[in-house]
Amino acid sequence: MIKKVIMTEEEMDRTLSRIAYEVAEHLKGFNDVVIVGVQRRGVSLAKRLQKSFRDMDGVEVPMGELDITLYRDDLTLLQDQPLVRSTSVPVNITGKRILLVDDVIFTGRTVRAALDALMDLGRPSLVQLAVLVDRNNRELPIHPDYVGLKISTDKSDVVEVRVKEWDGDDQVILWEDGGEG
Amino acid sequence: MSWKRKHLIDVDDWEREDFELLLEQTSNMDSILDRSIKKAPALRGKIVVNIFYEPSTRTRTSFEIAGKLLSADVINWTASGSSAAKGESLRDTIWTLEAMGADAVVIRHGEVGVPYYLVEKLKKASVINGGDGTHAHPTQALLDLYTAWRELGSLDGKKVAIVGDILHSRVARSDIYAFKAVGAEVYLSGPSTLMPTDINSLNATYEPNIAEAIEGADIIYMLRIQRERQDAGLFPSLDEYHRRYGLTDRLIGKAKKGALVMHPGPINRGVEIASSVADGPQSFILKQVRAGVAVRMALLYLMLGGVKE
Repeated sequence: MIKKVIMTEEEMDRTLSRIAYEVAEHLKGFNDVVIVGVQRRGVSLAKRLQKSFRDMDGVEVPMGELDITLYRDDLTLLQDQPLVRSTSVPVNITGKRILLVDDVIFTGRTVRAALDALMDLGRPSLVQLAVLVDRNNRELPIHPDYVGLKISTDKSDVVEVRVKEWDGDDQVILWEDGGEG
Repeated sequence: MSWKRKHLIDVDDWEREDFELLLEQTSNMDSILDRSIKKAPALRGKIVVNIFYEPSTRTRTSFEIAGKLLSADVINWTASGSSAAKGESLRDTIWTLEAMGADAVVIRHGEVGVPYYLVEKLKKASVINGGDGTHAHPTQALLDLYTAWRELGSLDGKKVAIVGDILHSRVARSDIYAFKAVGAEVYLSGPSTLMPTDINSLNATYEPNIAEAIEGADIIYMLRIQRERQDAGLFPSLDEYHRRYGLTDRLIGKAKKGALVMHPGPINRGVEIASSVADGPQSFILKQVRAGVAVRMALLYLMLGGVKE
Protein backbone atom coordinates (compact mmCIF):
# COMPACT_ATOMS: atom_id res chain seq x y z
CA MET A 1 0.00 0.00 0.00
CA ILE A 2 1.16 3.53 -0.73
CA LYS A 3 1.03 6.01 2.14
CA LYS A 4 -0.08 9.60 1.56
CA VAL A 5 -0.57 12.14 4.30
CA ILE A 6 -3.67 14.03 3.23
CA MET A 7 -4.02 16.18 6.34
CA THR A 8 -1.30 17.28 8.75
CA GLU A 9 -1.90 18.20 12.38
CA GLU A 10 -2.03 21.89 11.50
CA GLU A 11 -4.42 21.31 8.60
CA MET A 12 -6.64 19.18 10.78
CA ASP A 13 -6.81 21.99 13.36
CA ARG A 14 -7.68 24.57 10.75
CA THR A 15 -10.24 22.30 9.07
CA LEU A 16 -12.03 21.63 12.35
CA SER A 17 -12.17 25.36 13.14
CA ARG A 18 -13.63 26.02 9.73
CA ILE A 19 -16.28 23.34 10.29
CA ALA A 20 -17.05 24.90 13.68
CA TYR A 21 -17.63 28.32 12.06
CA GLU A 22 -19.83 26.78 9.34
CA VAL A 23 -21.93 25.01 11.94
CA ALA A 24 -22.31 28.20 13.99
CA GLU A 25 -23.36 30.15 10.91
CA HIS A 26 -25.77 27.50 9.67
CA LEU A 27 -27.43 26.78 12.97
CA LYS A 28 -27.51 30.48 13.90
CA GLY A 29 -26.07 29.89 17.34
CA PHE A 30 -26.10 26.92 19.67
CA ASN A 31 -29.55 27.06 21.15
CA ASP A 32 -30.83 23.48 21.73
CA VAL A 33 -27.77 22.02 20.02
CA VAL A 34 -26.27 18.72 21.22
CA ILE A 35 -23.05 17.34 19.74
CA VAL A 36 -22.98 13.56 19.38
CA GLY A 37 -19.73 11.84 18.42
CA VAL A 38 -19.75 8.36 16.88
CA GLN A 39 -17.40 5.98 18.74
CA ARG A 40 -14.47 6.19 18.75
CA ARG A 41 -12.75 8.81 16.61
CA GLY A 42 -15.94 10.73 16.05
CA VAL A 43 -15.99 11.29 19.80
CA SER A 44 -12.50 12.79 19.74
CA LEU A 45 -13.48 15.15 16.93
CA ALA A 46 -16.75 16.04 18.66
CA LYS A 47 -14.77 17.10 21.74
CA ARG A 48 -12.67 19.43 19.61
CA LEU A 49 -15.74 20.98 18.01
CA GLN A 50 -17.17 21.46 21.49
CA LYS A 51 -13.98 23.30 22.46
CA SER A 52 -14.13 25.45 19.30
CA PHE A 53 -17.70 26.48 20.15
CA ARG A 54 -16.57 27.35 23.66
CA ASP A 55 -13.67 29.46 22.37
CA MET A 56 -15.89 31.10 19.78
CA ASP A 57 -18.99 31.92 21.80
CA GLY A 58 -18.18 31.05 25.39
CA VAL A 59 -20.98 28.47 25.33
CA GLU A 60 -20.80 24.94 26.67
CA VAL A 61 -22.65 22.86 24.10
CA PRO A 62 -23.68 19.48 25.60
CA MET A 63 -21.85 16.51 24.10
CA GLY A 64 -22.51 12.79 24.05
CA GLU A 65 -20.99 9.64 22.59
CA LEU A 66 -22.82 7.09 20.48
CA ASP A 67 -21.85 3.49 19.80
CA ILE A 68 -23.45 1.97 16.73
CA THR A 69 -22.32 -1.64 17.16
CA LEU A 70 -25.75 -3.03 18.07
CA TYR A 71 -27.21 -1.29 15.01
CA ARG A 72 -24.76 -2.53 12.37
CA ASP A 73 -26.21 -4.22 9.31
CA ASP A 74 -23.35 -6.69 8.95
CA LEU A 75 -23.45 -8.44 12.34
CA THR A 76 -24.34 -11.77 10.77
CA LEU A 77 -21.54 -11.47 8.21
CA LEU A 78 -18.55 -10.70 10.42
CA GLN A 79 -16.12 -13.34 11.57
CA ASP A 80 -15.92 -11.93 15.11
CA GLN A 81 -18.70 -10.19 16.95
CA PRO A 82 -17.51 -6.59 17.43
CA LEU A 83 -17.39 -5.45 21.05
CA VAL A 84 -19.92 -2.91 22.22
CA ARG A 85 -18.64 0.49 23.38
CA SER A 86 -20.34 2.98 25.59
CA THR A 87 -23.28 5.10 24.51
CA SER A 88 -23.77 8.06 26.76
CA VAL A 89 -25.72 11.16 25.86
CA PRO A 90 -26.14 13.31 28.96
CA VAL A 91 -29.31 15.12 27.93
CA ASN A 92 -32.70 14.11 26.58
CA ILE A 93 -32.35 14.66 22.83
CA THR A 94 -36.05 14.98 22.09
CA GLY A 95 -36.67 18.35 20.42
CA LYS A 96 -32.92 19.07 20.26
CA ARG A 97 -30.80 19.88 17.21
CA ILE A 98 -28.18 17.17 16.89
CA LEU A 99 -24.79 17.66 15.32
CA LEU A 100 -23.63 14.13 14.56
CA VAL A 101 -19.84 13.88 14.18
CA ASP A 102 -17.80 11.11 12.60
CA ASP A 103 -14.27 10.92 11.26
CA VAL A 104 -14.90 9.49 7.78
CA ILE A 105 -17.98 8.96 5.65
CA PHE A 106 -17.57 6.09 3.22
CA THR A 107 -20.46 3.73 2.39
CA GLY A 108 -22.89 5.66 4.61
CA ARG A 109 -23.77 2.52 6.56
CA THR A 110 -22.30 3.76 9.83
CA VAL A 111 -24.39 6.91 9.59
CA ARG A 112 -27.52 4.87 8.86
CA ALA A 113 -26.81 2.85 12.02
CA ALA A 114 -26.07 6.01 13.99
CA LEU A 115 -29.39 7.55 12.95
CA ASP A 116 -31.26 4.46 14.14
CA ALA A 117 -29.32 4.42 17.41
CA LEU A 118 -30.07 8.11 17.88
CA MET A 119 -33.81 7.68 17.28
CA ASP A 120 -33.91 5.05 20.03
CA LEU A 121 -32.66 7.72 22.44
CA GLY A 122 -35.32 10.28 21.56
CA ARG A 123 -36.83 12.37 18.77
CA PRO A 124 -34.53 15.21 17.80
CA SER A 125 -35.97 18.14 15.85
CA LEU A 126 -32.99 18.12 13.47
CA VAL A 127 -29.95 15.97 12.77
CA GLN A 128 -26.98 17.27 10.81
CA LEU A 129 -23.80 15.42 9.99
CA ALA A 130 -20.23 16.69 10.17
CA VAL A 131 -17.30 14.59 8.96
CA LEU A 132 -13.61 15.26 8.70
CA VAL A 133 -13.21 13.29 5.46
CA ASP A 134 -15.74 12.42 2.77
CA ARG A 135 -14.23 9.68 0.61
CA ASN A 136 -17.20 8.98 -1.74
CA ASN A 137 -18.12 5.34 -2.60
CA ARG A 138 -21.53 5.77 -0.96
CA GLU A 139 -23.85 2.75 -0.86
CA LEU A 140 -26.78 4.56 0.75
CA PRO A 141 -28.43 7.92 -0.02
CA ILE A 142 -26.75 9.73 2.88
CA HIS A 143 -24.76 12.95 2.63
CA PRO A 144 -22.91 15.05 5.18
CA ASP A 145 -23.81 18.68 5.89
CA TYR A 146 -20.28 19.75 6.85
CA VAL A 147 -17.17 18.26 5.25
CA GLY A 148 -13.53 18.87 6.17
CA LEU A 149 -11.93 17.33 3.11
CA LYS A 150 -13.55 15.65 0.13
CA ILE A 151 -11.40 13.14 -1.72
CA SER A 152 -11.84 10.54 -4.38
CA THR A 153 -10.77 7.03 -3.39
CA ASP A 154 -11.03 3.47 -4.55
CA LYS A 155 -13.08 1.10 -2.45
CA SER A 156 -10.00 -0.86 -1.49
CA ASP A 157 -8.14 2.22 -0.22
CA VAL A 158 -8.02 2.92 3.49
CA VAL A 159 -8.45 6.36 5.05
CA GLU A 160 -6.92 6.47 8.51
CA VAL A 161 -7.82 9.36 10.78
CA ARG A 162 -5.33 9.49 13.63
CA VAL A 163 -6.09 11.41 16.82
CA LYS A 164 -3.76 12.14 19.73
CA GLU A 165 -6.06 10.49 22.30
CA TRP A 166 -5.92 7.07 20.67
CA ASP A 167 -3.05 7.12 18.18
CA GLY A 168 -0.50 9.53 19.65
CA ASP A 169 -0.66 12.06 16.82
CA ASP A 170 -3.13 14.06 14.72
CA GLN A 171 -3.14 13.43 10.97
CA VAL A 172 -5.08 11.81 8.17
CA ILE A 173 -3.42 9.18 6.00
CA LEU A 174 -4.66 7.72 2.74
CA TRP A 175 -3.39 4.20 2.14
CA GLU A 176 -3.71 3.59 -1.58
CA ASP A 177 -4.14 0.03 -2.62
CA GLY A 178 -2.66 0.80 -6.07
CA GLY A 179 -4.74 -1.92 -7.68
CA GLU A 180 -2.70 -4.78 -6.25
CA GLY A 181 -5.83 -6.13 -4.59
CA MET B 1 -9.39 -8.91 22.18
CA SER B 2 -12.39 -10.73 20.80
CA TRP B 3 -14.87 -13.34 21.96
CA LYS B 4 -14.45 -16.91 20.75
CA ARG B 5 -16.72 -18.97 22.96
CA LYS B 6 -19.79 -20.47 21.41
CA HIS B 7 -21.19 -22.12 24.54
CA LEU B 8 -21.38 -21.29 28.24
CA ILE B 9 -21.44 -24.38 30.42
CA ASP B 10 -19.34 -23.22 33.34
CA VAL B 11 -17.00 -20.35 34.12
CA ASP B 12 -14.31 -22.67 35.50
CA ASP B 13 -12.32 -22.46 32.27
CA TRP B 14 -12.51 -18.66 32.06
CA GLU B 15 -9.42 -16.51 32.40
CA ARG B 16 -9.39 -13.23 34.23
CA GLU B 17 -9.53 -11.31 30.94
CA ASP B 18 -12.69 -13.18 29.89
CA PHE B 19 -14.40 -11.97 33.04
CA GLU B 20 -13.13 -8.43 32.51
CA LEU B 21 -14.31 -8.33 28.92
CA LEU B 22 -17.74 -9.55 29.94
CA LEU B 23 -18.02 -6.99 32.76
CA GLU B 24 -17.19 -4.21 30.33
CA GLN B 25 -19.71 -5.43 27.76
CA THR B 26 -22.33 -5.84 30.48
CA SER B 27 -21.94 -2.25 31.62
CA ASN B 28 -22.63 -1.08 28.07
CA MET B 29 -25.77 -3.25 27.93
CA ASP B 30 -26.79 -2.02 31.37
CA SER B 31 -27.14 1.56 30.08
CA ILE B 32 -29.80 0.36 27.61
CA LEU B 33 -32.01 -0.54 30.59
CA ASP B 34 -32.21 3.16 31.53
CA ARG B 35 -33.54 4.30 28.15
CA SER B 36 -37.15 4.99 27.37
CA ILE B 37 -36.82 2.69 24.35
CA LYS B 38 -35.15 -0.36 25.87
CA LYS B 39 -34.40 -2.19 22.67
CA ALA B 40 -31.62 -2.60 20.15
CA PRO B 41 -31.77 -4.58 16.89
CA ALA B 42 -28.53 -6.59 17.23
CA LEU B 43 -30.14 -10.06 17.45
CA ARG B 44 -32.94 -9.60 14.93
CA GLY B 45 -33.76 -12.91 13.32
CA LYS B 46 -32.19 -15.01 16.07
CA ILE B 47 -34.19 -17.54 18.06
CA VAL B 48 -33.42 -18.28 21.69
CA VAL B 49 -35.17 -21.20 23.35
CA ASN B 50 -35.40 -21.51 27.12
CA ILE B 51 -35.66 -25.19 28.08
CA PHE B 52 -36.48 -25.49 31.75
CA TYR B 53 -36.81 -28.87 33.43
CA GLU B 54 -36.80 -27.26 36.87
CA PRO B 55 -39.03 -24.43 38.03
CA SER B 56 -37.46 -21.00 37.76
CA THR B 57 -38.94 -17.56 37.49
CA ARG B 58 -36.05 -15.17 37.59
CA THR B 59 -33.50 -16.97 35.45
CA ARG B 60 -36.00 -17.83 32.74
CA THR B 61 -37.65 -14.41 32.75
CA SER B 62 -34.27 -12.71 32.80
CA PHE B 63 -33.10 -14.62 29.71
CA GLU B 64 -36.41 -13.89 28.06
CA ILE B 65 -36.17 -10.15 28.68
CA ALA B 66 -32.48 -10.05 27.74
CA GLY B 67 -33.15 -11.75 24.42
CA LYS B 68 -36.12 -9.53 23.68
CA LEU B 69 -34.28 -6.30 24.46
CA LEU B 70 -31.79 -7.28 21.77
CA SER B 71 -34.65 -8.16 19.37
CA ALA B 72 -34.21 -11.94 19.40
CA ASP B 73 -37.33 -14.08 19.41
CA VAL B 74 -37.49 -15.99 22.68
CA ILE B 75 -39.48 -19.15 23.15
CA ASN B 76 -40.11 -20.82 26.51
CA TRP B 77 -40.31 -24.57 26.64
CA THR B 78 -41.12 -26.12 29.99
CA ALA B 79 -41.06 -29.80 30.79
CA SER B 80 -44.52 -29.91 32.33
CA GLY B 81 -47.33 -29.86 29.80
CA SER B 82 -44.93 -30.46 26.90
CA SER B 83 -43.82 -33.41 24.84
CA ALA B 84 -41.56 -34.37 27.77
CA ALA B 85 -44.73 -35.21 29.67
CA LYS B 86 -45.56 -37.59 26.81
CA GLY B 87 -42.22 -39.30 27.28
CA GLU B 88 -40.14 -37.60 24.59
CA SER B 89 -36.44 -37.89 25.32
CA LEU B 90 -34.28 -34.84 25.88
CA ARG B 91 -32.33 -35.67 22.74
CA ASP B 92 -35.43 -35.71 20.55
CA THR B 93 -36.66 -32.51 22.17
CA ILE B 94 -33.49 -30.55 21.44
CA TRP B 95 -33.22 -31.91 17.92
CA THR B 96 -36.79 -30.85 17.31
CA LEU B 97 -36.14 -27.36 18.65
CA GLU B 98 -32.97 -27.03 16.59
CA ALA B 99 -34.83 -28.17 13.49
CA MET B 100 -37.25 -25.30 14.14
CA GLY B 101 -34.31 -22.92 13.92
CA ALA B 102 -33.10 -22.32 17.48
CA ASP B 103 -29.82 -20.39 17.48
CA ALA B 104 -29.31 -20.66 21.24
CA VAL B 105 -30.64 -23.02 23.84
CA VAL B 106 -30.73 -22.06 27.50
CA ILE B 107 -31.02 -25.21 29.60
CA ARG B 108 -31.94 -25.63 33.26
CA HIS B 109 -31.88 -29.24 34.44
CA GLY B 110 -31.72 -31.08 37.76
CA GLU B 111 -29.02 -33.44 36.51
CA VAL B 112 -25.36 -32.47 36.46
CA GLY B 113 -23.83 -32.43 32.99
CA VAL B 114 -26.95 -32.09 30.84
CA PRO B 115 -25.60 -28.92 29.16
CA TYR B 116 -22.49 -30.84 28.06
CA TYR B 117 -24.77 -33.44 26.52
CA LEU B 118 -26.53 -30.69 24.56
CA VAL B 119 -23.23 -29.33 23.26
CA GLU B 120 -22.45 -32.80 21.99
CA LYS B 121 -25.82 -33.40 20.37
CA LEU B 122 -26.60 -30.02 18.85
CA LYS B 123 -25.10 -29.24 15.48
CA LYS B 124 -25.42 -25.49 15.31
CA ALA B 125 -27.04 -23.88 18.34
CA SER B 126 -25.15 -22.28 21.21
CA VAL B 127 -25.79 -23.83 24.61
CA ILE B 128 -26.07 -21.75 27.77
CA ASN B 129 -26.24 -23.43 31.14
CA GLY B 130 -29.08 -21.97 33.20
CA GLY B 131 -28.17 -24.23 36.14
CA ASP B 132 -27.42 -27.97 36.14
CA GLY B 133 -27.99 -29.90 39.37
CA THR B 134 -25.43 -29.02 42.01
CA HIS B 135 -22.76 -28.40 39.37
CA ALA B 136 -22.78 -24.84 38.03
CA HIS B 137 -24.87 -21.74 37.48
CA PRO B 138 -22.50 -19.58 35.46
CA THR B 139 -24.86 -16.72 34.59
CA GLN B 140 -25.67 -16.26 38.29
CA ALA B 141 -21.96 -16.01 39.08
CA LEU B 142 -21.46 -13.48 36.30
CA LEU B 143 -24.33 -11.27 37.42
CA ASP B 144 -23.06 -11.44 41.01
CA LEU B 145 -19.61 -10.45 39.85
CA TYR B 146 -21.01 -7.57 37.80
CA THR B 147 -23.14 -6.30 40.71
CA ALA B 148 -20.11 -6.23 43.00
CA TRP B 149 -17.75 -4.79 40.38
CA ARG B 150 -20.15 -2.02 39.45
CA GLU B 151 -20.37 -0.95 43.08
CA LEU B 152 -16.82 -1.54 44.28
CA GLY B 153 -14.70 -1.28 41.15
CA SER B 154 -11.74 -3.65 41.19
CA LEU B 155 -12.37 -6.73 43.31
CA ASP B 156 -8.67 -7.40 43.90
CA GLY B 157 -8.12 -8.26 47.55
CA LYS B 158 -11.80 -7.81 48.43
CA LYS B 159 -13.24 -10.23 50.95
CA VAL B 160 -16.33 -12.22 50.01
CA ALA B 161 -18.15 -14.35 52.60
CA ILE B 162 -20.52 -16.97 51.19
CA VAL B 163 -22.84 -18.36 53.85
CA GLY B 164 -25.23 -21.29 53.85
CA ASP B 165 -25.72 -24.58 52.05
CA ILE B 166 -22.48 -24.81 50.08
CA LEU B 167 -22.90 -28.57 49.63
CA HIS B 168 -25.98 -28.40 47.39
CA SER B 169 -25.27 -25.03 45.81
CA ARG B 170 -24.34 -24.67 42.16
CA VAL B 171 -24.39 -20.92 42.78
CA ALA B 172 -21.65 -21.19 45.43
CA ARG B 173 -19.46 -23.31 43.17
CA SER B 174 -19.65 -20.89 40.27
CA ASP B 175 -19.35 -17.79 42.46
CA ILE B 176 -16.28 -19.03 44.31
CA TYR B 177 -14.50 -19.57 41.02
CA ALA B 178 -15.59 -16.25 39.52
CA PHE B 179 -14.71 -14.08 42.53
CA LYS B 180 -11.34 -15.76 42.95
CA ALA B 181 -10.55 -15.36 39.26
CA VAL B 182 -10.75 -11.58 39.57
CA GLY B 183 -8.62 -11.46 42.70
CA ALA B 184 -11.09 -11.61 45.60
CA GLU B 185 -10.63 -13.76 48.71
CA VAL B 186 -13.48 -16.12 49.48
CA TYR B 187 -14.61 -17.34 52.90
CA LEU B 188 -17.32 -19.94 53.40
CA SER B 189 -19.56 -20.43 56.40
CA GLY B 190 -22.53 -22.60 57.37
CA PRO B 191 -23.22 -25.81 59.28
CA SER B 192 -20.59 -28.48 58.66
CA THR B 193 -23.39 -30.83 57.52
CA LEU B 194 -23.93 -28.47 54.57
CA MET B 195 -20.28 -28.33 53.53
CA PRO B 196 -18.87 -30.60 50.84
CA THR B 197 -16.39 -33.22 52.03
CA ASP B 198 -13.89 -31.98 49.43
CA ILE B 199 -14.13 -28.44 50.78
CA ASN B 200 -10.39 -27.87 50.40
CA SER B 201 -10.66 -28.36 46.66
CA LEU B 202 -12.89 -25.25 46.49
CA ASN B 203 -9.90 -23.02 47.24
CA ALA B 204 -11.78 -21.05 49.85
CA THR B 205 -11.42 -20.76 53.62
CA TYR B 206 -14.07 -22.50 55.73
CA GLU B 207 -15.02 -20.70 58.93
CA PRO B 208 -17.87 -22.40 60.84
CA ASN B 209 -18.61 -19.29 62.91
CA ILE B 210 -20.52 -16.87 60.71
CA ALA B 211 -19.48 -13.81 62.74
CA GLU B 212 -15.85 -14.59 62.04
CA ALA B 213 -16.46 -15.46 58.42
CA ILE B 214 -18.00 -12.07 57.71
CA GLU B 215 -15.55 -10.11 59.85
CA GLY B 216 -14.32 -7.24 57.67
CA ALA B 217 -16.07 -8.63 54.56
CA ASP B 218 -16.79 -6.36 51.59
CA ILE B 219 -19.50 -8.68 50.32
CA ILE B 220 -21.80 -10.98 52.29
CA TYR B 221 -23.39 -13.54 50.03
CA MET B 222 -26.26 -15.49 51.59
CA LEU B 223 -27.44 -18.73 50.00
CA ARG B 224 -31.01 -19.93 49.95
CA ILE B 225 -31.86 -22.69 52.40
CA GLN B 226 -34.01 -25.37 50.84
CA ARG B 227 -36.58 -26.60 53.27
CA GLU B 228 -36.19 -30.22 52.19
CA ARG B 229 -32.67 -30.19 53.65
CA GLN B 230 -34.25 -29.96 57.08
CA ASP B 231 -36.30 -33.08 56.40
CA ALA B 232 -33.06 -34.81 55.48
CA GLY B 233 -31.80 -33.98 58.96
CA LEU B 234 -28.98 -31.68 57.86
CA PHE B 235 -30.02 -29.03 60.39
CA PRO B 236 -32.51 -29.23 63.26
CA SER B 237 -35.01 -26.48 62.39
CA LEU B 238 -35.38 -23.34 60.31
CA ASP B 239 -35.61 -21.38 63.51
CA GLU B 240 -32.36 -22.69 64.81
CA TYR B 241 -30.76 -22.17 61.41
CA HIS B 242 -31.79 -18.54 61.52
CA ARG B 243 -30.40 -18.08 65.02
CA ARG B 244 -27.01 -19.51 64.07
CA TYR B 245 -26.59 -18.60 60.40
CA GLY B 246 -29.24 -16.03 59.53
CA LEU B 247 -27.98 -12.60 58.51
CA THR B 248 -29.27 -9.98 60.95
CA ASP B 249 -28.62 -6.27 61.40
CA ARG B 250 -26.45 -7.05 64.40
CA LEU B 251 -24.26 -9.46 62.40
CA ILE B 252 -23.78 -7.03 59.51
CA GLY B 253 -21.93 -4.78 61.96
CA LYS B 254 -19.05 -7.29 61.86
CA ALA B 255 -18.51 -6.74 58.13
CA LYS B 256 -16.89 -3.72 56.56
CA LYS B 257 -18.98 -0.55 56.80
CA GLY B 258 -21.39 -0.46 53.85
CA ALA B 259 -20.67 -4.09 52.89
CA LEU B 260 -22.84 -5.40 50.05
CA VAL B 261 -25.50 -7.94 51.02
CA MET B 262 -26.26 -10.30 48.16
CA HIS B 263 -28.51 -13.32 47.64
CA PRO B 264 -29.36 -15.29 44.47
CA GLY B 265 -33.08 -15.37 45.32
CA PRO B 266 -35.72 -16.31 45.96
CA ILE B 267 -35.13 -15.33 49.57
CA ASN B 268 -36.53 -17.06 52.65
CA ARG B 269 -37.28 -14.13 54.92
CA GLY B 270 -36.51 -14.98 58.51
CA VAL B 271 -34.44 -18.05 57.59
CA GLU B 272 -31.11 -17.22 55.95
CA ILE B 273 -31.79 -13.49 55.97
CA ALA B 274 -33.80 -11.20 58.26
CA SER B 275 -36.44 -9.13 56.48
CA SER B 276 -34.92 -5.91 57.76
CA VAL B 277 -31.61 -6.86 56.11
CA ALA B 278 -33.18 -7.99 52.84
CA ASP B 279 -35.02 -4.66 52.61
CA GLY B 280 -32.25 -2.61 54.21
CA PRO B 281 -29.89 -0.05 52.69
CA GLN B 282 -27.07 -2.56 52.20
CA SER B 283 -29.20 -5.03 50.25
CA PHE B 284 -28.15 -5.42 46.61
CA ILE B 285 -30.64 -8.19 45.92
CA LEU B 286 -32.76 -6.23 43.44
CA LYS B 287 -29.66 -4.74 41.82
CA GLN B 288 -28.54 -8.33 41.21
CA VAL B 289 -31.82 -9.00 39.42
CA ARG B 290 -31.29 -6.03 37.12
CA ALA B 291 -27.66 -7.02 36.56
CA GLY B 292 -28.94 -10.44 35.50
CA VAL B 293 -30.71 -8.94 32.50
CA ALA B 294 -27.65 -6.91 31.44
CA VAL B 295 -25.26 -9.86 31.84
CA ARG B 296 -27.50 -12.13 29.79
CA MET B 297 -27.80 -9.48 27.08
CA ALA B 298 -24.01 -9.32 26.86
CA LEU B 299 -23.71 -13.12 26.74
CA LEU B 300 -26.41 -13.61 24.11
CA TYR B 301 -24.86 -10.83 22.03
CA LEU B 302 -21.35 -12.26 22.22
CA MET B 303 -22.32 -15.88 21.72
CA LEU B 304 -24.88 -15.47 18.95
CA GLY B 305 -22.85 -13.15 16.77
CA GLY B 306 -19.87 -13.65 14.58
CA VAL B 307 -18.86 -16.95 13.08
CA LYS B 308 -17.86 -19.42 15.77
CA GLU B 309 -15.97 -22.69 15.29
